[in-house]
Amino acid sequence: MNILICLSNVPDTTTKIKLVDDNKNYEKTGIQWIINPWDELALTRALELKENADAKVEKVTVITLGGKEAEPTIRKALAIGADDAIRIDAEPQDAFFVASQLAEVIKKNMYDLILCGIESSDYNGSAVGGMLAELLDIPSVSAVSMININGGEISINREIDGGKEMVSVPAPLVTVVQKGIAKEPRIASMRGIMMAKTKPLNVVPAAPVESLTEYAGFELPKPKAACKMVSPDNVKELVDLLHNEAKVI
Amino acid sequence: MSVLVYTENWEGKFKKLSFELVSYAGKLAEMLGTSAVAVSVGNVANDELQKLGNYGAAKILSVKGTGLDKLDNQVFTSVLAQAAAQENAVAVVLSNNNTGKALAPRLSVKLRAGLVSGVTQLPSSLNPFTITKKVFSGKAFANVVVKTEIKVLTLAQNSFELVQVENKAVIQDFNANIDAGLFKTTVKDVEKQAGKVLLTDAEIVVSGGRGMKSPDNWGPIEELASLLGGATACSRPVSDEGWRPHSEHTGQTGKIIAPNLYIAIGISGAIQHLAGVSSSKYIVAINNDKEAPIFQAADYGIVGDAQKILPELVKAVHEVKAS
Repeated sequence: MNILICLSNVPDTTTKIKLVDDNKNYEKTGIQWIINPWDELALTRALELKENADAKVEKVTVITLGGKEAEPTIRKALAIGADDAIRIDAEPQDAFFVASQLAEVIKKNMYDLILCGIESSDYNGSAVGGMLAELLDIPSVSAVSMININGGEISINREIDGGKEMVSVPAPLVTVVQKGIAKEPRIASMRGIMMAKTKPLNVVPAAPVESLTEYAGFELPKPKAACKMVSPDNVKELVDLLHNEAKVI
Repeated sequence: MSVLVYTENWEGKFKKLSFELVSYAGKLAEMLGTSAVAVSVGNVANDELQKLGNYGAAKILSVKGTGLDKLDNQVFTSVLAQAAAQENAVAVVLSNNNTGKALAPRLSVKLRAGLVSGVTQLPSSLNPFTITKKVFSGKAFANVVVKTEIKVLTLAQNSFELVQVENKAVIQDFNANIDAGLFKTTVKDVEKQAGKVLLTDAEIVVSGGRGMKSPDNWGPIEELASLLGGATACSRPVSDEGWRPHSEHTGQTGKIIAPNLYIAIGISGAIQHLAGVSSSKYIVAINNDKEAPIFQAADYGIVGDAQKILPELVKAVHEVKAS
């Protein structure tokens, strides 16, 4: 079984967003770029599966869209343990554009299991995984918090409101994964970092695909009014404020 | 022409988010000079379906059939695409919940319709169709232009006020053409917690962080939540430690919520935590560190020992509830 993880290269989640170009864009230089947190958990789970002999995972590949500046993030994924990587040489435009680029590459060499994070921490779209599955015309399962492979059968837990469902879906399929899929993201070892330098990173050219939406501009949220402080000796006052002023209880 | 809205049901019933969706679709339809058509998939009784009319659905398509009680993304996408075609939909609205996130992207591809997910308001312009959504987990907003004739939108929960209208809805059966080979998702087992208020549905959320010191101290948090008719939540370290289940983790990588009231107890308020709760209408912070960033995000705050303040808070809420 071959596993593919779609990685998004995103600003570190602690980044302060600064708008530039008349609010048409955000400042992309001088910030730390990371593997999208959910994608990193997906990669971790894929590597755990590969280490489990029953799962019979032969190869774990990562794929991302971006220019050469995305390569440190890809190398990090290789250092964590992915076997090889693909970079599609295109600037992401919207989710449909990204999914279409991914589909063009994947169609030529199908994977059994494709993992995508539930969203990217930059555009919060929750879209690429589902779009990719539809473009490939294969099943998808979303809100996935557990994946196991045993004797070729893929079993999945998906979150539903107030609980979970244990589902099984034949390969090939796309799973859109969320928190819980792996306990903690794996950290690259020194040996992993050394090995990553020689692992294959294939760069493929962009396909002529369209985007369906466009980011016209950004705004920053308005600053919040100061917090009203209540004395710890007068907890009742807080409840009165919530009851009479905010009217929420 | 129409605005199509997918109204999911929970064991044959709708909930507040369904009515928010229909209210939104109704208002969007008004802007576009057309009407809202709701699609229900699975077994829902007619009197329940009719409720959608109270919030602006002019027509309700009811799709019934075997195998439609469990979500199969390909099957449901196919059903919605057929309904969109019949109703000549110019926009399709879904919730930004688990189901909506599973279906909207597939539908976007099938209809070649631009998707904007997690919207909280109506479009700011129709030509070009421009709509605002949160990006960077709430650290900024983006104005997104949808270039296609059909639009797919997912609406964030608890972000749109209910709109009540005179109920003129007609219910029609809709026979979708479903290829049996499309069903590929087999649900083998279901685990469900009954009787608890769902975190994403809750209007009041009481949340604990590392400052609670031990999982044994959660009693008053649960008591307060149940007293307020709300749900319990926690910060990431708490779920990572296994003190509370992952499903309670609110924050960037956990649940993103927008309750009317969020009470953060012993939570310092790291930027990743705030990303999950900043849409709350009111935030209360209780923390012993007056420099904790949670106070920057809060509307009301108390600096002090959570263990001492919580019992008093429970008592004071009891008194207000009794009065």
